Amino acid sequence: MPPFSTKTDKPKDAKGTVRRIIKYILKYKELTATAVFLAVFSNIFSLLGPKLSGNAIDVIAEGEGLVNFNKVYYYAGLMILFYILSVIMSYVLSSVMIIIGRRIAKQMRTEVFDKLTRIPVGYYDTNQTGDIISRVSYDIDVINTSLSADVVQIVSSFITVVCSFAMMLYISPILVISTLVTIPFSIIYTRYMTRKTRPLFAKRSKKYGELNGFTEEMFSGHKTIQAYANEEGVIAGFDNINTEAADAFYDADYYGTIIGPGVGFINNLSLALVAISGAFFYLYNMVSIGQISSFVLYSRKFSGPINEIANMYNELMSALAAAERVFKLLSEKEESADAKDAAALSDIKGEVCVKNVTFGYDKRKPVLKDMNITAKPGNVIAIVGATGAGKTTIINLLMRFYDVDKGAILIDGKDIRNVTRESLRKAYVMVLQDTWVFTGTIKENIAYAKEDASDEEIIRAAKAAKLHSYIMSQPKGYDTVITEDGNNISKGQKQLITIARAMLADASMLILDEATSNVDTRTEKAISEAMIALMKGRTCFVIAHRLSTIKGADCILVVNNGAIAEKGTHDTLIKQKGLYYNMYISQYD
Amino acid sequence: MRLMLAYMKPYKGKVTLTVFLKFAAVILELLIPYMLEYMIDEAAPKKQIVHVIIAGLVMVILAVMVRSMNVAANRMATLTARDSIYTLRRDLFKKTIYLKGADFDEISLPSLISRMTSDSYNVQSFIGMIQRIGVRAPIMLTGGLLVAGIMEIRLSVVLLCMIPVMMFVTVFVSSKGIPVFRNVQAKLDDVVRVLRENITGVRIIRALSKSEYEKRRFFNANKNLTDADIRAGMMMALPNPLMNLLLNIGFTLIVVIGAYRVNAGDMKPGVILAFLTYFNMILQAVMGINRIFIQYSKAGASADRIALVLEVPENDRQTDNGCESGDYDEDTVIEFDNVSFCYDNNSAESLKNISFKVKKGESLGIIGSTGCGKTTLLNLLLAFYDVSVGTIRLHGKDIRNMPLHEIRKKFGIVFQNDTIFNDTIYENINFGRGISTDKAKEAAETAMIGSFDMDYPVAIKGMNLSGGQRQRLLIARALAGDSEIIVFDDSSSALDYKTDAVIRNNIKKKYRDSIRITVAQRVSSVKDMTNILVLEEGEMIGFGTHESLLKECEVYKDIYMSQMGAFE
Repeated sequence: MPPFSTKTDKPKDAKGTVRRIIKYILKYKELTATAVFLAVFSNIFSLLGPKLSGNAIDVIAEGEGLVNFNKVYYYAGLMILFYILSVIMSYVLSSVMIIIGRRIAKQMRTEVFDKLTRIPVGYYDTNQTGDIISRVSYDIDVINTSLSADVVQIVSSFITVVCSFAMMLYISPILVISTLVTIPFSIIYTRYMTRKTRPLFAKRSKKYGELNGFTEEMFSGHKTIQAYANEEGVIAGFDNINTEAADAFYDADYYGTIIGPGVGFINNLSLALVAISGAFFYLYNMVSIGQISSFVLYSRKFSGPINEIANMYNELMSALAAAERVFKLLSEKEESADAKDAAALSDIKGEVCVKNVTFGYDKRKPVLKDMNITAKPGNVIAIVGATGAGKTTIINLLMRFYDVDKGAILIDGKDIRNVTRESLRKAYVMVLQDTWVFTGTIKENIAYAKEDASDEEIIRAAKAAKLHSYIMSQPKGYDTVITEDGNNISKGQKQLITIARAMLADASMLILDEATSNVDTRTEKAISEAMIALMKGRTCFVIAHRLSTIKGADCILVVNNGAIAEKGTHDTLIKQKGLYYNMYISQYD
Repeated sequence: MRLMLAYMKPYKGKVTLTVFLKFAAVILELLIPYMLEYMIDEAAPKKQIVHVIIAGLVMVILAVMVRSMNVAANRMATLTARDSIYTLRRDLFKKTIYLKGADFDEISLPSLISRMTSDSYNVQSFIGMIQRIGVRAPIMLTGGLLVAGIMEIRLSVVLLCMIPVMMFVTVFVSSKGIPVFRNVQAKLDDVVRVLRENITGVRIIRALSKSEYEKRRFFNANKNLTDADIRAGMMMALPNPLMNLLLNIGFTLIVVIGAYRVNAGDMKPGVILAFLTYFNMILQAVMGINRIFIQYSKAGASADRIALVLEVPENDRQTDNGCESGDYDEDTVIEFDNVSFCYDNNSAESLKNISFKVKKGESLGIIGSTGCGKTTLLNLLLAFYDVSVGTIRLHGKDIRNMPLHEIRKKFGIVFQNDTIFNDTIYENINFGRGISTDKAKEAAETAMIGSFDMDYPVAIKGMNLSGGQRQRLLIARALAGDSEIIVFDDSSSALDYKTDAVIRNNIKKKYRDSIRITVAQRVSSVKDMTNILVLEEGEMIGFGTHESLLKECEVYKDIYMSQMGAFE
């Protein structure tokens, strides 16, 4: 059968998704076994109730003055006992299912997070933060709710269905035939609707992802939007996406909620069929009135759960769609694994050699062409050039955020593709133009690169970064909590924190990417002194526009259009009267 | 709940119709067993085949009607859910976009995002569900009780005694539930925060090989969330079995009391049997109601979080245009009159006694060390925050008395770390201001964006542009509006000296009529300005031309020397 699914993404693989979810459940074998056991017995115990009450009523039915109260109390006592047992079991059952569901959710969140630490950096450049977050906050929650609530329901429904079907067969096999007529209808109908609604639910999830992405982007640009008084424009954009999301919700849920009444209809039809055929069979003395009425009671019990499942259908479908999105993220391509024989870099001297490297984010459009750089241990390599010339790309390649298309990068003569990423990256300290701090105390933020740093070391680093007096002016000093988007710290101070952080790190190579551009020049001078101390003995790659910072470099590379246009020390380049000379002179315009 | 009701209110008609249809469907559905009973008890024993067939047909017709009504009702319920949540999301988005800086910071970005997303979904599913199940259960409950009462009032008393106890359990647990779920949402906020930080800081984290550390941090947040969630779940799982037990105890009591009544000859045994049917109906109904309450706890906690944002007081600005200061002089555009400011009452003042004027055709440079209050000054000028002491005037009007739009229309601005949107180059420049393509192109040329096509698509966060290209795009945005005042907050940090100088010259030539305010760290960026304001620790320590400051202001001289000195 060709898949009904429209052209959304790849063909959706429901069975595969379900199988993957079951795999998660099976990780909790003991708990799952307990849950099944509890479900079976709590259901059977609660089914015993009516039977016992029936027995009690039979005793009572003896009539006026003839009721045997001993027996009545006996049955009543048993009823209470079984009810209590059943209730305790069902509570334990839901608790177990809640624990299973939440643990699976926790595990999925952990897996997604672990995955996020392994996928290439480029993934973050092409996916909305909000969309990634919504997989963790929304999609996993949907799966979790569905697992702990719906699964119990399905299991106990299944037990009820099996038991009542057995009772129906036991009471009257002929009547079962008339029930059987409608069962294929139910199955065909449900399958048809499933195929029709699944793409709709997938679309709904996707639209929610887009909505979240848009929200994230716009809320992050809150201040800009207000400054340009473009609130209405952004709201209009939101309206579009909101309408699409609302429509996708409606399409999916509307078809989803049709299923309940649809299945109910088939059940009622089946009841009518049982009644008519029952009446006829009765006329030909093939069944008794009592048989019909108890058969009807059980067929109600039989179809009830099917109805329930149909009502849960929407939740199940959302859960499946959510699971697909989570699994899709989990199967994203990872950074290529370390080579099998990858060795950890150790005793690094710091000789870095970029050999004939060609690279483009889009392979057809190389950003760097046949580039060569050689840095001896302890050298300071300054990279200058117009914006967009490819300076940041060099850093991306040195750190192996991306792999080169052609050529190789060597450290101490070893190709960096043959060493472990962790040891490679640990060999560098890095201060980037995008300052990054996390929610935590100033102390935690500084000690980020070296968890076991002593207070003394932290204070020394902060002092070297000219941050100590600012920190001490805060009410809580080093324990002041700062946040990524908070207002209690300026961008420049964040920059200083990242510098202090780098000072603590223990690495033989250093990368500065316009690191000092957010620190005003007066502070910068003091910092650059500290930096010189930090740079001592380390191979340094500095991307900076301030010529004063790079004047002392061992080698200045002037990058232009993806290639090195000029190479040399400050003095030799000035004498060349080329690009570098022009840049230098323009400062005095 | 108030919030949800408020948002369903416009759809009163539809909701009423939904309720009515659901009600009718339940009644009709109850008729189906009645027809069955008629067939079995009356028609069949009397061998009235025609009656059997008619009754059978009636059943089928009823089934068709029930289905149509349910489908129609569900459709309307979904429609109502769609429309009300659409409006709710719209209002919440709008409110957030218009939120004042201080309020925005207080609730915090990640939390605002999750209110917009996961909280609004919780409310949405509740609105859909309450219409679908919320009607059926109460009708079943009332119907069941009513019929039971008519049948045997004394036995019903037992049921009636049970109902308040069960209601108490439901209400009690669900009222406890709201704070518990609020706690879950707060823990979710934490998880989202760590995740967000990991996404924004991915390069640093990878560079420092801190993935393991981050995993631990995430593990803790994740664990706290899971624990809170399990606690909430276990609590919410309590009422259901508890009520099951209560009802069943009630039922056992009925059997025992019934036994005495039958023994005394006051009642027929069959009545107990009939009670069983209605008892089941009531049980189902109570369970349904309970389910609604559980959902309500979750949705209620979310609705509270949304309401908190919606209820933030509006920017209640008195737009009193007539009020101008006495010594207003025609040429003065911007005036800071003894302005002081602190972000909150506990922290130190970020700006102290700032006074200066900028006149028509002038330009202003602001320079000073990190954290000296440069950005704060701009925040005040654009009325993101209101001054604590003193007055800021634009054309002589106190900006506190001006509508925000009127203030901000005068500005074209580039912030530090400004936002680039996932749209075309043109839309990033235009940014909803209805700027012509030619104007946008002109601005792009002035800002030296280069050979980009106007409809070149910019990736999320401008990731397909380099840092310098991003800054130039932002500069073009600030220029394109021909604004009266153009503000650059450290907008050339990613530009090399040469490009910076060329762009500055371009702007000077083409936007001669605009007032330029430049916040910079490079003396070279501000030295040509009419006046330069030197800030240190929130205080104004110098104001004047480059030349006069070199003579009078020691700090300015230091900055200049440290910067230029290297080249001499």
